[in-house]
Amino acid sequence: MVKIKEIVVPGQLLDEGEIKPGQGAYRDRADGKIYASRLGVPLKRRDFINVIPLTGCYLPKPDELVIGIIVDVAPSYWIVDVNAPYPAVLHVNDVPWKVEFGETSKYLSIADVVLIKISRVSETEQIQVSMRDRNLRKFVGGQVIEIQPTKVPRVIGKKQSMIELVKRYLNVWIFIGKNGRIWLNGEGKSTRLAIKAIRQIEKEAHTEGLTDRIKEWLEMNKSENM
Amino acid sequence: MEKIKLIDEKGKRIDGRGAKDLRPIKIKVHPLNRADGSCYIEWGTNKIIASVYGPKEAQPKHLQDPLRAIVRCNYDMASFSVDERKRPGPDRRSSEISKVIGEALENAVLTNLFPRTMIEVNIEVLEADAGTRCTGLTAAGIALADAGIPMRDIPAACAGGKVDGKIVVDLRKEEDQAGDADLPIAILPRTKEILLMQMDGDLSEKEFYELLDLLADACINISEMQKKALLDRYKQEEDVEEDKETKGKKTENKEIKKEEE
Amino acid sequence: MSKSVVSAIRKDYLYKLAQDGKRMDDRKFDEYRKITIEPGVITHAEGSARVRLGKTEVYAGVKLELGEPYADSPNSGVLITNSELLPLASPDFERGPPRENAIELSRVVDRGIRESGMIDFEKLCIEPGEKVWKVFVDLYVLDHNGNLFDACALAGLAALCTAKIPFERFGLGKDVPLPLATSPPISCTHVKFNGALMADPSLDEELIADARLTIALDEKSHFRAIQKGEAGSFTLDEVKEITKMAQSNVEKIRNIFKKAVKR
Repeated sequence: MVKIKEIVVPGQLLDEGEIKPGQGAYRDRADGKIYASRLGVPLKRRDFINVIPLTGCYLPKPDELVIGIIVDVAPSYWIVDVNAPYPAVLHVNDVPWKVEFGETSKYLSIADVVLIKISRVSETEQIQVSMRDRNLRKFVGGQVIEIQPTKVPRVIGKKQSMIELVKRYLNVWIFIGKNGRIWLNGEGKSTRLAIKAIRQIEKEAHTEGLTDRIKEWLEMNKSENM
Repeated sequence: MEKIKLIDEKGKRIDGRGAKDLRPIKIKVHPLNRADGSCYIEWGTNKIIASVYGPKEAQPKHLQDPLRAIVRCNYDMASFSVDERKRPGPDRRSSEISKVIGEALENAVLTNLFPRTMIEVNIEVLEADAGTRCTGLTAAGIALADAGIPMRDIPAACAGGKVDGKIVVDLRKEEDQAGDADLPIAILPRTKEILLMQMDGDLSEKEFYELLDLLADACINISEMQKKALLDRYKQEEDVEEDKETKGKKTENKEIKKEEE
Repeated sequence: MSKSVVSAIRKDYLYKLAQDGKRMDDRKFDEYRKITIEPGVITHAEGSARVRLGKTEVYAGVKLELGEPYADSPNSGVLITNSELLPLASPDFERGPPRENAIELSRVVDRGIRESGMIDFEKLCIEPGEKVWKVFVDLYVLDHNGNLFDACALAGLAALCTAKIPFERFGLGKDVPLPLATSPPISCTHVKFNGALMADPSLDEELIADARLTIALDEKSHFRAIQKGEAGSFTLDEVKEITKMAQSNVEKIRNIFKKAVKR
């Protein structure tokens, strides 16, 4: 029987004391108590009580690396879908090339997949992204899949432990965007196994002993593969 | 035409229920693939599915609220959901129901966390048997939690009325049509705040408060079923998500049985 | 969050797989996803069915009403097919009256039923020129994951094959099964992209397809209805290849269908 971590539902009482409500939690002004606002796993961190959500959208924060898809092209900027409730703008000033006015589509076209960084989120929720940093680029080849953004930390693992496990066993290039999009590149069968592993992690993110189970699964499949 | 006797001498209703008993309820969480959150409920003969998309960009732009998300609800009845075929598409009744359900849900959702966005809730009635707006709202509450939309609590809804002079909870079609009052409500279970309330018929002040009390209890019961259904989804070991359901049958002891398939 | 823009990487990947004779879900080019047909799911409708094709899910409901026949066919009942692409089913579907995609879907499913002679329209006539049964087939799409044509066709057919004439509700006697003259045609939809032809397109395959071809065959393997869609084209050889795929799939699907509706 797989052990799962405790899961709370919206409206469930979390704490009555001095602690402060963090992500996925709120304080009811009527009685001063803290309740969950999300379906997720409660976690006390310093003097905050959080609920790590099991589901939900991606909310961008500055400096996060995400995988975006170009959805529109204008003379001096592109609109990028970063899997957030708001569209993101990539301005010609924020790309590594010198782009003349009106020449934007020569560099990036609609449907292109890019690795970008969230620069800032304005007061009117407009997301600005950038491709200036050295490691940022347009992806070519490989495969892109989407997982729930809330599961990204689990797929990466503590100090990258989980994803390094997958990369090592299957010899696949994997880049995980904070927004739940993942780019993989490797030999066909290995890539498919990597995707299977990631989907399994996504599904069991709220359980215990997951790293060991995935390691076992990778061992089994690696030897079958050889 | 002979009037049907809706409650017999022993106080039993035509389907054998007592005044406070709910019809059998089955809940399936996340039955759909494309929607961000979804829930299918069978409540008596009602078969209703709710889906949530969002938060997403509010379109057209003029609908955007700079301070909060807007909650838009589309309640629709399938043409084959009722005895006499209903022309597909919205009518005045479904527009009104969409509005009151949307307003109830908006109260529960922490809309200030997603300014300028829209949360789209779709409720489709596949088969109707009285209490569709309450079933729809109950399903929508689960779908919102499934989609990860932050809420103060998950709204639960139930309707009741007066039948053969007696106050009863959870009207079925015959009771709704031949009864003397129909009162659907939705509450936020933790605080018992009333988020939706409509009424038509004839109730004395005493009857009204008695019914309201019973309905609040019923909603609390339903709320437990909603929460259990959400938690059950994450308890399964294998990928049998399609067949996993949570059954709830109301008795006065609030015994809820979980059936595994 | 669940947008249907197919990224360039996804498209290139599907093209590459196709070149190697593969598909993203490991199916063969002529292979269908799992089909589940459940008739009688809506107890108060005259006929109903829920069909799942892979993750695509549709409900069909059959309702009958009394009405006037069309002027040019006074001895025949009437068939009206309608489809609703519910906002539930995809982030791209909006509330509102059916637009061209829904209309094409309705009309293609309708032709598949009508042209097969499956419904004995004359038996639906009560009083020539005055009173006939109007048969409404309403297709409601709940989850769009590709190939709505085949899912809706199967749902509509399953609902009709298990439907009854509601004489009781109109005080005209006892309910009887809807009179069906022959067994239904089965339709198979295929798409083409990058020169590859495949049956039962998944959502992504459908979104990147250059052209689409739906063929409905009856039990004698005769063509009963055809629809070509999207802006691309087919060569005659491609049509022949698709016909071959359809012939083998129609048989398999018909067996699943017969078992489900118990006919």
